[in-house]
Amino acid sequence: MGETPNLQELLRDWPDRPDSLIPVLQEIQEQFHYLPEPALREVAGRLRVPLSEVFHVATFYNCFSLEPVGRHLVQVCLGTACHVRGAPRVLDRLLRDLRLGTPGTTEDFEFTLRTVRCMGCCGLAPVARVDANTHPHLTQAKVPGLLKKYRRKEQAQAAD
Amino acid sequence: MPRLQSRADLEARRAAGLRARDPAKPCLAVCAGSGCTASGAPEVLAALRESLQRAGLEGSVELKSTGCHGFCEKGPVMLTWPEGTFYNQVAARDAKEIVASLSNGRRPVERLLYRDPTSGQRVQREEDVPFYRFQQRVLFGNNGRIDPKNIDDYLGVGGYAALANVLAGFTPEQVVDWVKRAGLRGRGGAGFPTGKKWEVMRAQPAAPKYLICNADEGDPGAFMDRSLLEGNPHSVIEGMIIGAFALGAREGYIYVRAEYPLAVEHFRVALKQAEECGLLGENILGSGLDFRIRLVQGAGAFVCGEETALIASIEGHVGEPLPRPPFPAQKGLWGKPTVINNVKTWASVPVIVNRGPEWYAGIGTAGSKGTMVFSLVGKINNTGLVEVPMGITLREMIYKIGGGIPGGKQLKAVQVGGPSGGCIPASLIDLPIDYEALTEAGSMMGSGGMVVMDETNCMVDVARYFMEFLEEESCGKCFPCRVGTQRMREVLTRICQGQGAEEDLKLLEDLGWMVRETSLCGLGQTAPNPVLTTLRYFRDEYLAHIRERRCPAKVCKQLITYSIEPTLCDGCHACVHVCTTEAILGEKKAAHTIDAAKCIKCGACLEVCQPKAVLVT
Amino acid sequence: MPKLTINGIEVEVERGTTVLEAARFLGLPIPTLCHDDGLTPYGACRLCVVEVANGPRSKLQAACTLPAEDGLVVQTHSARVERARQLLLELYVATTPQSKTIQDLASRYGVTQVRLAPEFEDCIQCGKCVRICREQMMAGAIDFAYRGARRKVMAPFRPQSDICRQCGACLYICPVCELRCHGAEAETTLCSGCLNFAPACLDYHDHAMCFLDPCVACELAGPLRQDLVWPEAKRPESPK
Repeated sequence: MGETPNLQELLRDWPDRPDSLIPVLQEIQEQFHYLPEPALREVAGRLRVPLSEVFHVATFYNCFSLEPVGRHLVQVCLGTACHVRGAPRVLDRLLRDLRLGTPGTTEDFEFTLRTVRCMGCCGLAPVARVDANTHPHLTQAKVPGLLKKYRRKEQAQAAD
Repeated sequence: MPRLQSRADLEARRAAGLRARDPAKPCLAVCAGSGCTASGAPEVLAALRESLQRAGLEGSVELKSTGCHGFCEKGPVMLTWPEGTFYNQVAARDAKEIVASLSNGRRPVERLLYRDPTSGQRVQREEDVPFYRFQQRVLFGNNGRIDPKNIDDYLGVGGYAALANVLAGFTPEQVVDWVKRAGLRGRGGAGFPTGKKWEVMRAQPAAPKYLICNADEGDPGAFMDRSLLEGNPHSVIEGMIIGAFALGAREGYIYVRAEYPLAVEHFRVALKQAEECGLLGENILGSGLDFRIRLVQGAGAFVCGEETALIASIEGHVGEPLPRPPFPAQKGLWGKPTVINNVKTWASVPVIVNRGPEWYAGIGTAGSKGTMVFSLVGKINNTGLVEVPMGITLREMIYKIGGGIPGGKQLKAVQVGGPSGGCIPASLIDLPIDYEALTEAGSMMGSGGMVVMDETNCMVDVARYFMEFLEEESCGKCFPCRVGTQRMREVLTRICQGQGAEEDLKLLEDLGWMVRETSLCGLGQTAPNPVLTTLRYFRDEYLAHIRERRCPAKVCKQLITYSIEPTLCDGCHACVHVCTTEAILGEKKAAHTIDAAKCIKCGACLEVCQPKAVLVT
Repeated sequence: MPKLTINGIEVEVERGTTVLEAARFLGLPIPTLCHDDGLTPYGACRLCVVEVANGPRSKLQAACTLPAEDGLVVQTHSARVERARQLLLELYVATTPQSKTIQDLASRYGVTQVRLAPEFEDCIQCGKCVRICREQMMAGAIDFAYRGARRKVMAPFRPQSDICRQCGACLYICPVCELRCHGAEAETTLCSGCLNFAPACLDYHDHAMCFLDPCVACELAGPLRQDLVWPEAKRPESPK
């Protein structure tokens, strides 16, 4: 995980104004991997935005999560081109293999599965992104191998 | 980087850059857009670099990465200069051969050339590839030539000359007049006349004034803004600076959606370089014009593509639209006059200044001038970005440029305009594509997404898919959109499951009418379009689902059955290996059967069956 | 001072007036759910839509947020407006059939069918509670959260707010959750008790339950109409 992120340092980068709210939340999400309640309370006070509005913003946008996310973020594109080329089947297979009923985080906190509407790689449909890597031309058959690749990385790192 | 303080400085720098280039020096330009990057372009670049070093050619051959060429299906793609040879589906292991061909009498590597699927011929130059031949790449033409992270490349193709001209010899009114005469219409979706919007903003007495570039390209299936931002960000910046001059704005914003990290990175680099050169900041090129652009990232909400929602998001609020009037040109960001235009609209401005409004107005149809960039995706052989003059027919798009439908399947429909647009049936294939014709057919130009569908797509399922998307992305503020899309989606799901009734069609039409007429913003107002157009053109498909509990396209899971034809099955067992619910039974080398109770109709067996023994009925 | 035309009547109003205010000034009844004179206009319920001419084309716009401008031509009761109101109210009844406010509006505007299954939700998200808490009580204890179908009114993080002063303003102003329909047990989603002109409350209760806000039936033909006489023989059959 690295260093524990420091909220005060983070807030110092931004003026104490309401329009800093979304960029500040984006940075907190990036560093903490979710939006912890105490952080949101601090932000509300510093930027002078009512906590109820901060909560609305935090729950309105797809990028923000109030719950910690898993080690690997799997984003499956369900855009039109991907849908037309079979993305729902890839999603179903991922749900089954990760033992999830709906998109969310696995019990062991290894993976968080989310759906996204279009990453702009429509020529490579169906597409999924795992962390920063984009995986093109997915099929159901490729799913187990894909997940295995990321799990293996964990085991290799743990072994060190 | 020394600051350019005048037009003379700019031209001197441009000339110096061109002089430093040797036009005869070979150049390998590898596409590094998001699509090709995902297909392996970084590995290709690394391999080429290594091969050049091994051959001792790294000083005499230029290697650069460029922006998106638009032909992502065939990626990674690259060009070799000065020949203009186009290679597609390049892999890292091809690097050695490519480098060798540079000395080998410069003969291209045959197997990497594009192969026309119908004629079987190999094509060498990019402009001869059918996908490109019929395009008119006014906005995208430079993507394959320049390194987006190098401002000198942009200067080398004439960049910022339009800005210098405007600052030296135009009045703000003249710029607005040129934009009006060119007939430029907003490329974000609604197609509002840009010149008119600029005029309204200019007439407002309030200050300060703002410019915004809407780069929240949310339509699933559209990625042209992404490509332009990744591949030629300076073209957008130049357009905005000219706009700032014309409209009296000193601050501009670009709002890029969160899902486009590469576009954000390239645009940030371009902003920094423009600032270092003095093309942004104070006293631009000595003209007295001050203008700065700030980049703001979206946080994941389709509705933020709507202009008032986007403005609310910049201000730090949720992306809930506001009623119009007042329009942003009157009261926008922070309550001040704001012009908000799409990425492609801004990029069109330098083109209009460089080539003149009459030239621009000479392209396209009477009501829709200039070129339009479409993302042609779905069931089509050549997927990618296509820039064509307005007025081209669907037939030309699909067959001449798109190369037709793969697998010999039949064209069924084309979804134009994303979730706000509608499905145009194959019978209207000779429709000329422009704003008016599409609106009359019940669809909408939108941002230019064009999804091709064939006989294996169920139109009821398509309508349900779009309604699901809009239901999820609705901001939820106004009642008809929030509840109407939900209820309509429920009715469509019932029909897909074979539980529809005939009255449901009138109900969908009534609800659709009401949502369109009474919703607060464009999202709700256009949400019923996919349903209403599919009801208009594909009613028989709805009726088949309702009256016969049958899905003609064999898509809707509750209405289909998977089975194995015993006479075709050779017992190879391949299907058993991929079936995750153990629904297939059979001994090796004997005919297999599918247990319908366990079958979840995922289609995995269909994908692997060689003798095509798996049937879907 | 902008001069506009509403239903053919010319009216001059002060700058900053909305079309809703101008119409009410003329005595024209326009239904609203999310509007309150003491709160900023919100434009979410869409019930107040009116037809606004725009050259050869016209569109429906919410009157509560539409600024009255010079030359505006407005129709408050055109066929298009009536159809929109009926379909909107059909959807409202299906969403909150237990609300007397909504049932009354449905009767008043001639809704005769509800083709969707009733959901019995508690909230139509008119935003009045949020606005009164923020603007009048200066607390901001509650706000909307989430988006789309999952959007709802709540205090941040958990149902109990730590800054709520329990003033009750939100309860008071809610058009849906407070007044429950006390009419006859309707067999269908659409009560329509009012349309049958049989004020049903007196069959089950000792007095009319809606004395603060009379049911349409009572307004038109019931016990609150002093000028009407109800001889025993002429009284309509009460439903059972």
